[in-house]
Amino acid sequence: MRFGRWKRLSPISFSQAVKPIISAENLSKRYQIGAREEGYSTLREAIVRAVNSPLKRLRRRAADEMVWALKDVSFEVKPGDVVGIIGRNGAGKSTLLKILSRITKPTTGAVDLYGRVGSLLEVGTGFHPELTGRENVYFNGAILGMKRVEIQNKFDEIVSFAEVEKFLDTPVKRYSSGMHVRLAFAVAAHLDPEILIVDEVLAVGDATFQKKCLGRMGDVAKEGRTVLFVSHNMIAVKSLCSRAMLLESGLVMCDGNVDQVVDSYLTSGSDMAATGIIPDDAPRLWGTGEAKFRSVQLTDDSGHSTTQLYLGQPLRVVLTFDVLKEIKDAVIEVDIATLDAVPVTFASTLDGGMPPIHLPVGCHTLTVEIDVVLLPRQYTFVIAINHVEGTTVDWIERVCDFTVLNVAQSGNDSYRWTSVRGYVRPVAQWHLSELSEKSNSQVVAEDVPVGG
Amino acid sequence: MESSALPHEPLVRIRPGRSWSALDFPELWAFRELFYFLVWRDLKVRYKQTLLGVAWAIIQPVFTMLIFTLFFGRLAGIPSDGVPYPVFVYAGLLVWTFVSNTVITSGNSLVTNANLLSKIYFPRIFIPGAAVGAGLVDLAIAFIILVGLMIYYQVAVSWGLLMVPLLIAMTTLLAVAVGTWLSALNVKYRDVRFALPFLIQIWMFVSPIIYPPSFVPERWRWVLALNPLTGIIDAFRVSLFGHQPLDWGTLAVSAAVILIMLTYSIYAFWKMEETFADIV
Repeated sequence: MRFGRWKRLSPISFSQAVKPIISAENLSKRYQIGAREEGYSTLREAIVRAVNSPLKRLRRRAADEMVWALKDVSFEVKPGDVVGIIGRNGAGKSTLLKILSRITKPTTGAVDLYGRVGSLLEVGTGFHPELTGRENVYFNGAILGMKRVEIQNKFDEIVSFAEVEKFLDTPVKRYSSGMHVRLAFAVAAHLDPEILIVDEVLAVGDATFQKKCLGRMGDVAKEGRTVLFVSHNMIAVKSLCSRAMLLESGLVMCDGNVDQVVDSYLTSGSDMAATGIIPDDAPRLWGTGEAKFRSVQLTDDSGHSTTQLYLGQPLRVVLTFDVLKEIKDAVIEVDIATLDAVPVTFASTLDGGMPPIHLPVGCHTLTVEIDVVLLPRQYTFVIAINHVEGTTVDWIERVCDFTVLNVAQSGNDSYRWTSVRGYVRPVAQWHLSELSEKSNSQVVAEDVPVGG
Repeated sequence: MESSALPHEPLVRIRPGRSWSALDFPELWAFRELFYFLVWRDLKVRYKQTLLGVAWAIIQPVFTMLIFTLFFGRLAGIPSDGVPYPVFVYAGLLVWTFVSNTVITSGNSLVTNANLLSKIYFPRIFIPGAAVGAGLVDLAIAFIILVGLMIYYQVAVSWGLLMVPLLIAMTTLLAVAVGTWLSALNVKYRDVRFALPFLIQIWMFVSPIIYPPSFVPERWRWVLALNPLTGIIDAFRVSLFGHQPLDWGTLAVSAAVILIMLTYSIYAFWKMEETFADIV
């Protein structure tokens, strides 16, 4: 285990003697960010680059920004295991599934699969709008690895599951999006490989159909097939899976009993999230390394660090960082996000037309007071130092979680119900007017301020 | 429990590097039904929501033939080795329409099927391959018109007709070679999409479609022979019309060139294959 702060939970109760059906060792996958952002290069560019100077080309290659989507991931899955793979966006879940489905190759490492793999990374891959429902069932089935006979045998079952009997000979482009999704999922749900790999497909369709899909997935799991299931829906993960794997920044952070892993994902996140202290080996998304964050503290008005704020209490955030190489044009940003990584708002040192900051070598602290009334829920910080032209110097996600209470410090302002909608309380002035019958046409209404 | 059913050796080994070959025959065989479905889909989709449907497979070469007969046969008086010009040019167009259409569709096929590449695993070479496969059906349909024309012009047939399947096979391999290579290149360099139409046009004029190879001065004929379509189209006409002896030498050169192109194209495809899903 790379990070001591994560306890490896005891693996699910299968005797060690059972041979794994999937065994993955030290899987890593590196992407070149530059190439990904450009999408594709042009021939001219390649020729110009090659002609200009071959050496320069090599050097440029090496300097291109690389990002590790997966880092040294090892695990085993026993036959019949239903494993949930969880983690925030960009944690490497989809990359892992792509490698296991042989769509992309690992940069290093090895996987052995002792069974046929069926993977459903997207609902309706290969659905062609011009083809009819019937034709798409056959084509999609074939794409997902079914034999023609198999599709023929299951055809009626698929169609009745999707509830599209009447529209079988209509081109799919005339389907409603609900019908489209139902049909696509129905085909996939009738796959029966030994290993089923499913990526976030339950996020589609209406609630009733989602429930039906979940039921179907449960049946598949009960049949004793091995399932790897990626989802952001923790309730689905808990109800389907016996085991869960938590990925974070390409690393397996936690692997074991589903309840424990999901709970630890939802509550603590990490020590960094709890304490605000950033270790040297913290998962940094990327950066030049010219400076490194050391800690983030949220303090109250008297300067004591806290993890709870009263409703309406201004945020005071203290950032500590080491500057290893002088930076002449630094921009520091503090983002507030929810625990599931939804950005709420952010403050930048450039706000209000301020110039970039000059940072000499050394350890610095920066205090920022942010005046925003956050609605009561849990939040965290994402912090970054950038050069003014955009290059990232250091970037840390999910550090120093905090809670906004649903009552103000004075006690006379609170939310009565636990559920609030959204994240930020606007400044609102309410005016109640009564249309008075007695008054004449010049005075139609009388303002009555309400609330406090 | 199930573990007893697990094979001793893994069914699939995933390793870095280029282990998936474009020519892993057992795997291609295992996925053969998918290939059939890809061809079937291409055919199904091609003529959906068209008024004339499959008739387009005939209209294209027939109208080109009429126009070429008028302009090149009548007005320009291009010779046709004693064969009626319409039949002569149609035979060439039959091969050419197949090659140009399939090279264009298969050259663009990986890009148009990007969603399949990034979501599903299967032998990638099936995608450009299926585009050529679907073209064969159009070729068969257009062939019917050729038979009609030959009956109309009372062209005598000979045993040479037995050569036709071999020549079609060579043409198919040529289309696969060019289409596969371009499709892989297209994933990385979208320039292919723009270059293709006009390269195809140039290719047409350096192939003996509207003129016989004898139309070209003797000392330049070897250059023409480097274009594999020269040998194929010439031999195709000879085997149909038997109007002159077969030029085995040129045909052999064509076969050799096709073989080299095919080898290179599959090698290039195999080299780029693993990156498709990441860059498409």
